Amino acid sequence: MAKPETAKKTTPAGETGSLGRFGSFGGRFAPETLMHPLEELEQAYRAAQADPAFQRELNSLLRDYAGRPTPLYQATHLSEQLGGARIYLKREDLLHTGAHKINNCLGQGLLARRMGKRRLIAETGAGQHGVATATVAALLGFECVIYMGERDMARQRLNVFRMRLLGAEVVPVRAGSCTLKEAISETMRDWVTNVETTHYLLGSVLGPHPYPTIVRDFQTVIGREARRQILEAEGRLPDLLIACVGGGSNAIGLFYEFLNDASVAMVGVEAGGRGPALGDHAARFHGGSPGVLHGSYSYVLQDEMGQISTTHSVSAGLDYAAVGPEHAMLHDAGRVEYTSRSDAEALEACRLLSRTEGIIPALEAAHAVAEVARRAPSASGQIFVMNLSGRGDKDMEILERELKL
Amino acid sequence: MPTRIGQRWAELRQQNGKALIPFLMAGDPDIPTSIEVVLALARAGSDIIELGVPFSEPIADGPVVQRSGERALQKGAYLPAILEMVRQIRRDSEVPLLLFSYMNPILRYGLERFASDAVASGADGALITDLSVEEAAPYVAVMRRHGLDTVFLAAPTSTDERLQRVAELSTGFVYAITRMGVTGAREQLSDAITPLVRRLRACTSLPIAAGFGISRPEHLTELAPLVDGVVVGSALVRCLEEHIQDPAPHVAEMARWLREGFRAQKEAAPKQI
Repeated sequence: MAKPETAKKTTPAGETGSLGRFGSFGGRFAPETLMHPLEELEQAYRAAQADPAFQRELNSLLRDYAGRPTPLYQATHLSEQLGGARIYLKREDLLHTGAHKINNCLGQGLLARRMGKRRLIAETGAGQHGVATATVAALLGFECVIYMGERDMARQRLNVFRMRLLGAEVVPVRAGSCTLKEAISETMRDWVTNVETTHYLLGSVLGPHPYPTIVRDFQTVIGREARRQILEAEGRLPDLLIACVGGGSNAIGLFYEFLNDASVAMVGVEAGGRGPALGDHAARFHGGSPGVLHGSYSYVLQDEMGQISTTHSVSAGLDYAAVGPEHAMLHDAGRVEYTSRSDAEALEACRLLSRTEGIIPALEAAHAVAEVARRAPSASGQIFVMNLSGRGDKDMEILERELKL
Repeated sequence: MPTRIGQRWAELRQQNGKALIPFLMAGDPDIPTSIEVVLALARAGSDIIELGVPFSEPIADGPVVQRSGERALQKGAYLPAILEMVRQIRRDSEVPLLLFSYMNPILRYGLERFASDAVASGADGALITDLSVEEAAPYVAVMRRHGLDTVFLAAPTSTDERLQRVAELSTGFVYAITRMGVTGAREQLSDAITPLVRRLRACTSLPIAAGFGISRPEHLTELAPLVDGVVVGSALVRCLEEHIQDPAPHVAEMARWLREGFRAQKEAAPKQI
């Protein structure tokens, strides 16, 4: 599908550059052993993208298996309660497995099958990507190994069991902060050892080229649907898009189709954790600086010696030291505003959405809800579209402990 | 002008000798002990020493080197302290030193500042594990200007086109990875190294050193007809870990034991290529 001319200006190198640059960010910083496999992945992906049979199979799975299109729901009660903006929720939480992650997993699963791989490996933070990967592995007949930080395994216990029920092996990672950063490192070590038989199904717009582009492309279905749906419902484009940003796949998935619509503002919400000190949050645009982590040049939380910081968030899915390189570009270009909401605000927002709309958001998406709650009252006459990227079932234990109802 | 690394290879070529290249994490278990270990290794006949710069996310390293890096970071072995360590080693030894790092600590320090401080401290070059040849142009330019060697990795998965670029950007030598995977000692050598070295020789006249998984003198004996040098990392780091109170004599003894593998080869096959 031809993009308007300006699309090439807002997203330059990721589209065509062999190094996968988004402005000065991105690239392919990987050990030599992985470099040719990454080239092969890029070639296989380009071939799949151009193959109508691949697109047909993916679209049919997205529709019949995952449950697309997802509704764009007008949250009238939330809107009334907050007063001000008309709020729409893109219901990715209604997808099979409970989050947007399945969009990318189905795409990469079909790609891995096409490449003749027999084994899928993945990192997971909150467990949503691990569950979606394990699901696709079960569906398409792959062996599956999921790496998960020990701390995340404890706080997302239900998702660990779900992965095991689906037939995946879940390997605890005991290093550093025992969260997503260490899980990604361990998955890369597995991949560098087993790359001939194994596809690394990376779950966010992170990592060496071509991953940030592949994952982005598989998630843009969110924004394509939302754009059509909001035009049908309101007859005009929204004023503001809101999404939480861990690696940034649900956010770029919503934002991408609107990047050329100058009237549409966008805000990405990072995890503000428990405070602004390094180690207490995961707000890469508020305390991070450009650096190389896990194969990509982007904003990274690091100390003055270039060592990667530990991070903290109540939501395991946002608890990571780097942000996707395309977000780094959009940040520096001023196209997207990035802000952060704290653990406490996210928990409160979780309660708010549950009580006003009967929808329990995942703690990740609750950060976006918190930003909506902050902005809506002073945005009378405006239309907000928020990506409700996942549902809160997995977070019951944390919510029970933190909210003390 | 060749660095100490280049000079050492020239000497080895004249003697028809092979290089033993130990790897150690700088600052493990602490900086003064680490200096002692380097000096002991130099006296034990190491030809080049690779000094690891610890990084919090060592994606290419197995558990032994990961633990070593964690110990070093706990002792504050960051780049400035490591360069100071190199300065101190230079008071006693001219052993060629190659810094072995991930990209981010060097990027954060600043490429230009890194090269200029590295050369001033007496380091001879660097190898950056996660810096692909595609991303390396600015780094290589700065290193060349300061007369430092840039060693790059060649892998069994590298295509001939990639090996050509690796050879073009490398100076000092090329580091050939014997097998897929992360660093770590193995009992058996992989058979992936022979075809890789053959393909590399077709692109370069630089010396080739093999590394990853090498832990025994027999491995050196086996590799000596094929390559110009052998890197031993995890096996020595594990030895250091096992004798953490006083590692220098033990690590040096292990290096001498390993080097015997080259002698066995010379005796077995005096007319090597």
